[in-house]
Amino acid sequence: MYSYSQFDTDFLATRNAQFRAQVERRIAGNLTEDEFKPLRLMNGLYLQLHAYMLRVAIPYGTLNSRQMRKLAEIGDRWDKGYGHFTTRQNIQFNWPELKDVPDMLDALAEVGMHAIQTSGNTIRNVTADHFAGAAADEIADPRPVAELLRQWSTDHPEFQFMPRKFKIAVTGSPNDRAVTKAHDIGLRMLQRDGQNGYEVIVGGGLGRTPMIGKVINDFLPEADLLPYLEAIVSVWNQIGRRDNKYKARIKITVHEHGIDEIRRLVEDRFVETRKTFTGVDVQMLREIEAHFAAPDFVKKSEAPFKDAYHKDPVFRSWADTNLTAHRAEGYKIVSISLKKHGETPGDATGDQMRLMADLAETYGHDELRISHEQNVILPHVHVSDLPSLHAALQKDGLATANIGLISDIIACPGMDYCALATARSIPIAQEIATAFDDIKREHDIGALKIKISGCINACGHHHVGHIGILGLDRAGVENYQITLGGDHTEAARVGDRVGPGFSADEIVPAVERIVDTYLDLRTDADETFDITYQRTGLAPFKAALYPETKVAAE
Amino acid sequence: MPKTFTPKVVTANHLLKGDVIYQTATGWSRRLDEAEVLTDEADADLRLIEASQQVDVVVGAYLADIALENGIPAPTHFREDFRATGPSNYAHGKQVELG
Ligand code: HEM
Ligand code: SF4
Repeated sequence: MYSYSQFDTDFLATRNAQFRAQVERRIAGNLTEDEFKPLRLMNGLYLQLHAYMLRVAIPYGTLNSRQMRKLAEIGDRWDKGYGHFTTRQNIQFNWPELKDVPDMLDALAEVGMHAIQTSGNTIRNVTADHFAGAAADEIADPRPVAELLRQWSTDHPEFQFMPRKFKIAVTGSPNDRAVTKAHDIGLRMLQRDGQNGYEVIVGGGLGRTPMIGKVINDFLPEADLLPYLEAIVSVWNQIGRRDNKYKARIKITVHEHGIDEIRRLVEDRFVETRKTFTGVDVQMLREIEAHFAAPDFVKKSEAPFKDAYHKDPVFRSWADTNLTAHRAEGYKIVSISLKKHGETPGDATGDQMRLMADLAETYGHDELRISHEQNVILPHVHVSDLPSLHAALQKDGLATANIGLISDIIACPGMDYCALATARSIPIAQEIATAFDDIKREHDIGALKIKISGCINACGHHHVGHIGILGLDRAGVENYQITLGGDHTEAARVGDRVGPGFSADEIVPAVERIVDTYLDLRTDADETFDITYQRTGLAPFKAALYPETKVAAE
Repeated sequence: MPKTFTPKVVTANHLLKGDVIYQTATGWSRRLDEAEVLTDEADADLRLIEASQQVDVVVGAYLADIALENGIPAPTHFREDFRATGPSNYAHGKQVELG
């Protein structure tokens, strides 16, 4: 696993000491909030509705048991005994006090973690497929290049004051689990004629103006990556709109100039940037790759797994939903659901974090991942260990068998925490999960992604949910707008708005009507919601949601 | 026609703890029902300026609408309701801290 160099360690220590001094000056009244705010945001510290919030980066979602235990300790000591894992593969602590934040950052630094570039107009925490280095369908592990990008962008002088924030995601698998088409830059690793390279996608993003990224280069040779990305960022730095915050993201630049024009400008600029790279970057990539070497996979009998699978229906149900094919023989990827019915999506208590850390150490080659779907992954578990692992997870409410199902909902913090929210999202997720758990139908319903955001910033990815829910404030009342048919995979698509929104009381019944409509329409149990929707379109769902308008039209 | 001025309170986040506070006649309180009710626009503007100047105590002071229930201020908008009580997913924040 990658460990930070002495340079990184010193850099972190210096940054933390600086911030400690800034916090002291702020508390003493020697810095105004206007002066302090940009400094705290650079260090991941927000002020939300009820308290400060510290956002900690988990680069490409990868951490080890020591780091997970440290997060548990921080949650216990300075938060209310828990942490919230987010769609950006971060963890957020919702209740720190200002004076404690420097100590929290020092505690994080002990395990090489930090909160830098989780905020501000910088290149943010690079995200990657949470199954990286483990998935059976993977061409190559995307984390080394994500780490290379982190090193290249962290504190890069040209990229500290960009028109707006900039987000990069990487996948090493043709099945995109990193939502690359909804990022400013998405990279898909490819191999062509024995050569490594990338499909480069630019201008995706959600938020106020959702856009699906467009391919700017369908095969960029590996060695050209950094100069090419530098060319993209530099073109955007030059022609991106700084006059209007809402038009500043590269998705708007691409939209306004057209992808062909942007490609031409980037190619021109690339001629220049390329000269400044000497190949050191590729050498660095090779060195980084060595840190991500696969663990020593073992071979042992699979009998305990088969035995439990036949005998124990609860284990079987969990194994059927929460395991994914691994590239090594005898291994599985385990998704631990942080979506127990009725609980807050993405929250884990300190005890749960410690248990997951222990299990990673005992059964999972000491590796954990955070998925953008707000679950925790043990990427490398031998099947023979799964029955014991499952039994341990059951003890602490972590064995919910619902990965990919209707209750595996992404929800942003919404108005329960977020100062920007226009409505709540967490209670809606809790109610939907509980409602479908009560009728025990979610396994019958099958794969279905619900994603909820509490305002148009779309932190909950609602545009790309099969069912997307956006919470709004309509004349002082919470109101929920539904979109259908969004897709977060390589076939990314922004969902279609169904019509007028629903009140907080009406939203769960509305989701139930959508699901009932799907169950009526599907050809058989293998036809998933998204396939049915592609076949039928919006009309039958609209009719089910707004029967009165249909009557009125007749 | 001039807009009629609806009753307001000055509210902000506390610099150190980050939690929601309300201006009283003499200082600050964590309870909305102890807030000073402002019914005169010029007075409200002045009190807001005074609050905003206390940079070592408060962050982001603003005027929030309230309704008077038996003379006691209560939120009119759900956002202010959450600010006055805490999140709805856990019994955390004011709903438990104020007792
Ligand atoms: C609670 C404090 C938060 C604040 C103040 C905040 C603020 C924002 C804002 C203003 C945007 C829009 C950016 C733009 O379009 O330029 C945004 C986007 C986003 N946020 Fe958050 N957010 C918060 C929490 C979260 C959480 C908890 C998550 C993960 C669950 C998250 C994930 C995202 C994602 C994925 C986007 C990307 C949408 C896009 O720009 O394509 N945010 N956030
Ligand atoms: S979508 Fe809106 S409400 Fe939700 S976390 Fe983002 S900014 Fe806050």
